[in-house]
Amino acid sequence: MNLQEVKDIFYNGLWKQNPGIVQLLGLCPLLAVSSTVVNAVSLGLATSLVMALSNLSIAPIRSYVPNEIRIPVFILIIAVLVTVVQYLMNAYMYGLYVVLGIFIPLIVTNCIVLARVEAFASKNAALPSALDGLAMGLGLTAVLGVLGAMREVLGKGTLFSGIDLALGDMAQGWVLHIIPDYKGFLIAILPPGAFIGLGLLIAGRNWLNLRAEQKARSNPVTPALANPEAAQG
Amino acid sequence: MRRIARSTLQTAANLVFFSVLATAILASTFFLTRDEIKKSEDAEKLKLINQIMPGALYDNDIIKDTLTIPANELLGTEGDTLAYRARLKGEDSAVVLESIAPDGYSGRIWLILAVRSNGELAGVRVVTHKETPGLGDYIELPKGPWIKGFDGKSRALYKDADWKVKKDGGQFDYMAGATITPRAVVKAVNKALIYFEENRDKLFAAAEPKKEETK
Repeated sequence: MNLQEVKDIFYNGLWKQNPGIVQLLGLCPLLAVSSTVVNAVSLGLATSLVMALSNLSIAPIRSYVPNEIRIPVFILIIAVLVTVVQYLMNAYMYGLYVVLGIFIPLIVTNCIVLARVEAFASKNAALPSALDGLAMGLGLTAVLGVLGAMREVLGKGTLFSGIDLALGDMAQGWVLHIIPDYKGFLIAILPPGAFIGLGLLIAGRNWLNLRAEQKARSNPVTPALANPEAAQG
Repeated sequence: MRRIARSTLQTAANLVFFSVLATAILASTFFLTRDEIKKSEDAEKLKLINQIMPGALYDNDIIKDTLTIPANELLGTEGDTLAYRARLKGEDSAVVLESIAPDGYSGRIWLILAVRSNGELAGVRVVTHKETPGLGDYIELPKGPWIKGFDGKSRALYKDADWKVKKDGGQFDYMAGATITPRAVVKAVNKALIYFEENRDKLFAAAEPKKEETK
């Protein structure tokens, strides 16, 4: 595994095949918990951990699982990992566990986890698979974080509210009140706000891509993409 | 035919193997984390009790001075719950009750209340709920000060008709767009206070009575 492969995996996860705004997988947590940055990023990181672990544990056993039962076996392994993460968070990060509540067990139903296992870990070695899970998870986390920031600023006029629940009492003063005396904008907090925000993010990414393509066409000396090989991904 | 049977059996054995492995991993994690989880839950409970009951109100070991309350309609409970008794210099000072509001927007809301011996609320907190995040969850303390509005209230101060949200002609605030949640909580708190009035002496009875007596 060379450096270029690692770069490809991260470029795919974070931008080219970003689960949140390109593959549009994992919308359930995207809609539900992205009402604040802290919730969104915490769940994103928990999902990244589960994705890295599930890819890591499924890649080495991929040749022992008969094709007909691979989906139930994969789901079984993912569910076990999620439950283990849930127990550990309940025991050692109680505050965060209470905040994320029902969304931790729901990571099992997040289709991006199974999608990466099926598309990547069942065809590749353990180390690249783990990196792929991590990169995809971080890509999702980034989208969740940006969407959470948009919705929180618009909906409540704050940033990082609830950060003390994730990081402990020392973070109590870290909440930023972006707009003072803000009355709130309900639709940004409700699920429609998540849909609209996600639509804007997808449009923004497409616009950036189009602009890069046009630039490349008018100036053929510069390479079209930072990494043309990734186009096969 | 035999080949099909053999491959089916092999596949089944494979699935069984993974299920057993998964169960073993889950069971061992459960046993490894069980004590730690119990500890954090107890710590959380004591933290909650201390929030609604100023430390100056009691000098006994409140976590151990408990009374088992069987399922009760006024408390909305369907199983045994524990009442924690606070005593100061041997005098009854307050009791902590658990109560369930059955009619929240998304199901039940678990509450914990501290009632002083004179029937005045020392405080109320929400333990768990499934209300809409960002909308109905202001009943929870970190997300809003609403629940502190119960401090110092009693049934001597407010009549039955006052134990409602302002929209229904009562005395309690609510937030536009989420009235069902506070309505359910106010109703449950009032009912818990009625329970306290009716069972005051039993609640403070000195030692934990035997199970037969509480039934």
